[in-house]
Amino acid sequence: MTRAHDSKQKWGRRGINGFAVAAMLYLFAPIFMIVLFSFNNPKGRFNIVWNGFTLKNWANPFSHPELTDALVVSLEIAFISTLIATVLGTSIALALSRYKFKGSGGVNLFLVLPLTSPEVVLGSSLATLFLARGVSFGIVTVIIAHVMFQVSFVAVTLRARIRGFDWSLEQAAMDLGASPRRAFWKITFPLILPGILAAALLSFALSIDDFIITFFNAGSLVTFPLQIFGASRVAIPPQINVLATMLLMGSIAILVGSLIIESRRRRLNAGPESKR
Amino acid sequence: MDVGDPVVKLENVRKQYGSFIAVHQADFSIGRGEFFAMLGPSGCGKTTTLKMIAGFEQPTAGHVFLEGEDVSHTPPHKRNVNTVFQQYALFPHMSVFDNVAFGPRSKKLPEAEVKTRVAEMLDVVRLGEFAQRRPAQLSGGQQQRVALARALVNYPSALLLDEPLAALDLKLREAMQIELKRIQREVGITFVFVTHDQGEALTMSDRIAVMSEGRVEQVGAPVDIYARPETLFVAGFIGSANLLPGTIVSSDGGGTRVLLLDGTEVVVAAGNSASSAALSQGNQVTVMLRPEQVVLGGEGAMKVFVTGCKREGAFCGRNSVHALARLCSVHVGRVARNCWFHFYQRRFHRGSAVVIAASSSYPSHQRTT
Repeated sequence: MTRAHDSKQKWGRRGINGFAVAAMLYLFAPIFMIVLFSFNNPKGRFNIVWNGFTLKNWANPFSHPELTDALVVSLEIAFISTLIATVLGTSIALALSRYKFKGSGGVNLFLVLPLTSPEVVLGSSLATLFLARGVSFGIVTVIIAHVMFQVSFVAVTLRARIRGFDWSLEQAAMDLGASPRRAFWKITFPLILPGILAAALLSFALSIDDFIITFFNAGSLVTFPLQIFGASRVAIPPQINVLATMLLMGSIAILVGSLIIESRRRRLNAGPESKR
Repeated sequence: MDVGDPVVKLENVRKQYGSFIAVHQADFSIGRGEFFAMLGPSGCGKTTTLKMIAGFEQPTAGHVFLEGEDVSHTPPHKRNVNTVFQQYALFPHMSVFDNVAFGPRSKKLPEAEVKTRVAEMLDVVRLGEFAQRRPAQLSGGQQQRVALARALVNYPSALLLDEPLAALDLKLREAMQIELKRIQREVGITFVFVTHDQGEALTMSDRIAVMSEGRVEQVGAPVDIYARPETLFVAGFIGSANLLPGTIVSSDGGGTRVLLLDGTEVVVAAGNSASSAALSQGNQVTVMLRPEQVVLGGEGAMKVFVTGCKREGAFCGRNSVHALARLCSVHVGRVARNCWFHFYQRRFHRGSAVVIAASSSYPSHQRTT
């Protein structure tokens, strides 16, 4: 190899590395700023300009009850809607990948609609529906709204995860004398559980995070994103950053935990001698 | 052939998917302790038949009997048969022990008995020390044996094996053939074995059902299937055979004289007719000539003209080479390898006239109309 070629390669590699760093910065800078500004000691009511380090925000994270209440509401909604959506979405994904039935093509097609249509459309049309039926807005309508898009999300991601699942395992279980129910709970369910958990985790985050659809269907109910948005015109206390950082750490902890469990399973289920 | 004490009995079983008929009319019995093979090319309906015995498919018409009981529409988990799946279908999240224990636990046997049974069966398949491994930590042959143990631990009326050796390489396959026979002898359970490999079927089975396009062509012992095929398909599918169509000139106690298409007349001995129906003058028949029956020279033998060879001296399988010879004007596809050797040794050329004879108890012939 010539030196010119070498240096060309070196510069090429540097270019790629530089680009990667820039991309990472772009991705993580906002998150970093949120964490950083949770330690800010702002002058006035807006936590926007860096004014010195402090731990007092972290010492009193719940000093703004309206924020804390909103977060609790958001978590409640996320827990309930994720639970419902995971059960429904898992059933849909199983039915779609397992059986060919009348209309399964249609379901397959329309399944992604709630994910691809603009939230404004979904939120407003759902709100119209509730209004027309005379349903009063509140936590129930928000949960219904969240379940709607979460179901699609769980079903779509889980369907991708269990593509290629070996259904002859279930047949084998029944062949060995297990009832269809036992075959499902002892064989299929444990094997697709990691996929279900991953889908549930992501849809949980979607629920916590949702603004537009929630905004249309919340009525007087205030969730965490609605509270921050509403308050931001009057004040942005650093407690927002503290609570946001807590959420972030919570999801990172779950993510790392699930990665560890998953890799341990994979090591066990696919040893070095496996050919597939 | 009737079996005295059938474990599995199919009575005019038909399976239809829409307008496609997967199995036409399966009607045979499998005896206790038999090693029974269903043999045929892919798509012949053998796996569908197996699935109907296992309960994964239900017959469109006809009945499946298991130990004398009509189980045609009984779900798989309520039938006392077990299957060894083609890809084994071992549960990847369970240890070898738990895999084997799955059946007895599903039947809610006391855990102490489960333990002794599993240990005993793991000994039979010689996997005792691997009980705590995961399936993925085992080799293909070991996985196969786990699948066997998992099925046999339930002491089924019949063990169904769906191309169990197809996923193994040649050497392991041959070892497993012997192993399967040993295990079958040891446990004494009826084995029903699906394969497309005739060598496997011929060497391992007590009886074979040859299937083609959804029809059971012939059920019989390997030697009968090979030497006295009842249909043209069986004659062509099992081993190598030269099938020579002709017309019966006369038939009597001494044998049947057949006029082949080219005008050669051959005599088939009386005991060699595969058809039990009376053969009379004018019937269209096919004379089958196995490669190993063809010998050079001999008294009053047929004349053969060697007209060419596709792959000279090439090794094309265990016992035949594809010599393009013409039996008069009738094409003789294959002659035995040793025969070809003689051709070669004696420096026969393309076009040389040689004399061959058909040896032993063959050839046999079938009715075709």
